[in-house]
Amino acid sequence: MGSEFTRMFELFISASLINNFVFTRFLGLCIFFGVSKKMETAAGMSVTFTAVMMISAALSWVIFNHVMVPLEITFLKIVVFIGIVAGFVQASDTIMRKVAPGLYYKLGIYLALISTNCIILAVPLINAGEHYSFLEGIAFGFGSGIGFAIALVLMASIREKLEIADVPAPFKGMPIAFVVTGLIALAFAGFSGLITL
Amino acid sequence: MAAHQGSNWDLIKNGIIAENTIFKLAISLCPAIAVTNNLRNGFLMGVAVLFVQTMVNITISLLKNFIHPKIRIPIFMLVISGWVTITDMSMAAFAPDAYKQMGLYIQLIVAFASILARAEVFASKNKFMPSMFDGIGMGLGFLFALVVISFFRELLGKGTLWGIPIVDAKPLLIMILPAGGFFAVGILMAAFNWIDARYLRKRAQ
Repeated sequence: MGSEFTRMFELFISASLINNFVFTRFLGLCIFFGVSKKMETAAGMSVTFTAVMMISAALSWVIFNHVMVPLEITFLKIVVFIGIVAGFVQASDTIMRKVAPGLYYKLGIYLALISTNCIILAVPLINAGEHYSFLEGIAFGFGSGIGFAIALVLMASIREKLEIADVPAPFKGMPIAFVVTGLIALAFAGFSGLITL
Repeated sequence: MAAHQGSNWDLIKNGIIAENTIFKLAISLCPAIAVTNNLRNGFLMGVAVLFVQTMVNITISLLKNFIHPKIRIPIFMLVISGWVTITDMSMAAFAPDAYKQMGLYIQLIVAFASILARAEVFASKNKFMPSMFDGIGMGLGFLFALVVISFFRELLGKGTLWGIPIVDAKPLLIMILPAGGFFAVGILMAAFNWIDARYLRKRAQ
């Protein structure tokens, strides 16, 4: 049990810092550049993402290992995973609107954006590819979510300052955001080698 | 957008220049950085996207009369993931080396905003031929962007092109690191904006 916990912790650190989704795997960039303009939206998005990632990791693990592997239809994993994520997001959208309208008002619009996002889909695909166990899968999903949250919040706080900075005209907007991300990615490269899995 | 008027050539030009996925719309960016540290991977990724985009547009435009508008998004997703699965499996069979490096990103073509967007705004409202050319145009635009990015990254980062040595100098290692990808895309985007601004200013005068 002790070693399993260590392994989960390692996976968590690896997913959130070393193999950070945004800075070393380059996933979820559309969302990353799209919503990192304001701190408030960035925070809302991070919470929603982390929750959806963990739950979709768990759901897809159960279906992959208990339905698809026995039936030998693992080649359909892309179709099935996208169905699971979209279905689950749609369901939570409806439930949240009924049960917690206040929360829905705050986070609902992010939910709609999530359903076909590459970062959400990547978690189940990597889980299936690496043959993680159920708990490892959840730790990986959670770590990825936290990693994405760190990236978003970092970027949002920089971009709020960038808005008032004097940037050369062709670099205004997206290009400068890319250069800044490159600099953060350089810093994150320092985490590599922290843990060897 | 209503049914499209104009020649097929206009559609292709639109996809490559006016609505270039990467440099203009700034969507579907993940692979633009992830697989562009060498020219061959960038090219293969671009071809895969070109194929999926064209086939999806063709399929949707042929099926558009049978799809109920209320459930169109899930149907589009099904069509897209079907074609992506085909691409994924053919890549694994015919280019196993490249697939090992970029398999995950091939599978994630399914989540490309640009492909779903073209299916929604163009192919579901237009006939077979315009949809096909729109798909080819958008795909070529993406391929073009990927080739340009990976050209600079491989040349500067390794001093090679398609694995063939070109420059015999100490390479800038940073360009093939993750950070270099962000720099390359940022600077190329700025260059695109700059050319665009100058061109527009000239025309306005």
